[in-house]
Amino acid sequence: MNPKREITPFRRFAADYAGNKLAVVAFLGVVVIVFLAVFASFIAPQNPYDLAQLDIMDGRLPPGTKSGAGWVYWLGTDDQGRDMFSGILYGLRISLGVGFGSAATAGVIGSALGLIAAYAGGWVETAIMRLVDLQLSFPAILVALMILAFLGKGVMNVMLALVIVEWARYARTARAAALVERRREYVEAAECLALPQWRVLFRHILPNCMPPLIVIGAIQVASAILLEATLSFLGLGVPITEPSLGLLIANGYQYMLSGKYWISFYPGLALLVTIVCLNLVADQLRDVLNPRLQR
Amino acid sequence: MTIWILRRLFQAVLVMLAMTVIVFVGVNVIGDPIEILISPDADQAERLRAIAALGLDKPLWEQYLRFLWGALHGDLGRSFVFNEPALRLIGQRMPATLELAVTAVLMAVILGIPLGLLAGLYPNSLFGRAAMAGSILGFSLPSFWVGLMFIMVFAVQLGWLPSTGRGATVTVLGVPWSFLTRDGLAHMAMPAFNLALGNIALVLRLTRSGVRENLPMDYVRFARAKGLSPQRVVFVHVLKNIMIPVVTVLGLQFGSTVAFAVVTESVFAWPGMGKLIIDSINVLDRPVIVAYLMMIVLMFVTINLIVDLLYTVLDPRVRIGGAE
Repeated sequence: MNPKREITPFRRFAADYAGNKLAVVAFLGVVVIVFLAVFASFIAPQNPYDLAQLDIMDGRLPPGTKSGAGWVYWLGTDDQGRDMFSGILYGLRISLGVGFGSAATAGVIGSALGLIAAYAGGWVETAIMRLVDLQLSFPAILVALMILAFLGKGVMNVMLALVIVEWARYARTARAAALVERRREYVEAAECLALPQWRVLFRHILPNCMPPLIVIGAIQVASAILLEATLSFLGLGVPITEPSLGLLIANGYQYMLSGKYWISFYPGLALLVTIVCLNLVADQLRDVLNPRLQR
Repeated sequence: MTIWILRRLFQAVLVMLAMTVIVFVGVNVIGDPIEILISPDADQAERLRAIAALGLDKPLWEQYLRFLWGALHGDLGRSFVFNEPALRLIGQRMPATLELAVTAVLMAVILGIPLGLLAGLYPNSLFGRAAMAGSILGFSLPSFWVGLMFIMVFAVQLGWLPSTGRGATVTVLGVPWSFLTRDGLAHMAMPAFNLALGNIALVLRLTRSGVRENLPMDYVRFARAKGLSPQRVVFVHVLKNIMIPVVTVLGLQFGSTVAFAVVTESVFAWPGMGKLIIDSINVLDRPVIVAYLMMIVLMFVTINLIVDLLYTVLDPRVRIGGAE
């Protein structure tokens, strides 16, 4: 048999995932968006934070207008004469950074606590899960609002608020998965080898709990980006020196009523496309990774 | 049963107490009240006098007990900005928010259930697919941006609806209400629909999956075999069984809707308590922040309690399980 033709788990996964064309498009969309955000400084025609490159005379130009320097503002300019396309690319960078960063941090903390709760049992489990229940009984926006009201705004504070909002869902998912896994025979075998508990937990049980955690992770990235945008729109999120998509939309709010739609419209569209793509990817991951639906 | 209710009540009180601790610690330990309360050019003696007057020189637990005592008597301090009791300020703004939230939940019921029924009865039709795709969009849309687009289209370009504010109100029982005047309703249409979008998607999906689960069940087959009309089977028998989860989720969702009104009120300049809290956070009007948080936590704890109690009344399985 040709070794190149071997069906590895990853190939089977990729083939399953490709079964839904829309999900493939969404995945490519996520790749393109991440690429645009990471290489924003090479792709953007202008550095929107370099005041020397901004011309206040170019303020609030509609999409398609030529700039003084001869190139075209395809998405118009904001009140500072900043090219909206460049602003969106740099804003994406902050939105995605905050979203992925906080979802990943929350994932590590939440999963670890969930696993510990499932493995330790007793009062440790009760304490952790009560905290999870308490937190999930309040909506995310309220918890984040409360934390930012205490801490004040700033990128780190927003990320901290998002981590505090999001860890609970990971913990619940990790515990549910780990409770199933810890009764399996391979765990018993590992325990018989007298491996240290942390090793059984994180090297044997954790890898088998990954599928549901990956699905939750994809959803949580999307909701973190959305929540950050909402908080920034309300003026509680990132500072004006590091405008994310939400803050860009907020900047356009006052020009909305005079019909200058593009300052708010295009950053919102970028936000919408990002979140829809992430949610579609998460949906397909859930279908592919769900053992009950496995063919 | 009585023991179960008492235990549940005790839990609710515990949650409430825990939240007072969190809010108190958040405001007084993470933030520094002295910095905000006392003017920066006050001299040392003045500072100390003010600190003593506010009781900030006392140990933390004593300050907390004073705060708790005040909270129990409806005294959460005076707003620095409005120089009014913070709780009264929240109370004045609350009807506007509740009006908006109730309208949004009603919209979710009126639109979500029929759409969900249709999508569930004809899952493979064009409409069924479109409804599901639309509901994913309903969850993904940044609500504040959609609100802006509504203003753009319906207020600025078409000029059909007013963009911001509450419009004319009628005072009933000492409280101004918008839904009693034409102008007020016109002002409410966009913000309420904006706030309802997520709930509509949620109710649609719940109803759809409920219909799909219930249709193959024996009682539906039996009702059909008995010769009941298809309308009666769907609208009386199936609908009744779907309503339990829908009502539960909507009850729980009401609290989130009130919390999320913060966003909608900011977009449409709706003068409710959500807009008040955002303004208060921006000027660090801490008594108002504390009062808002305590009110909303109280509301959540009450809603969760009511839903739990209703469950025991509606669903005998929970009652029996809980009594053990």
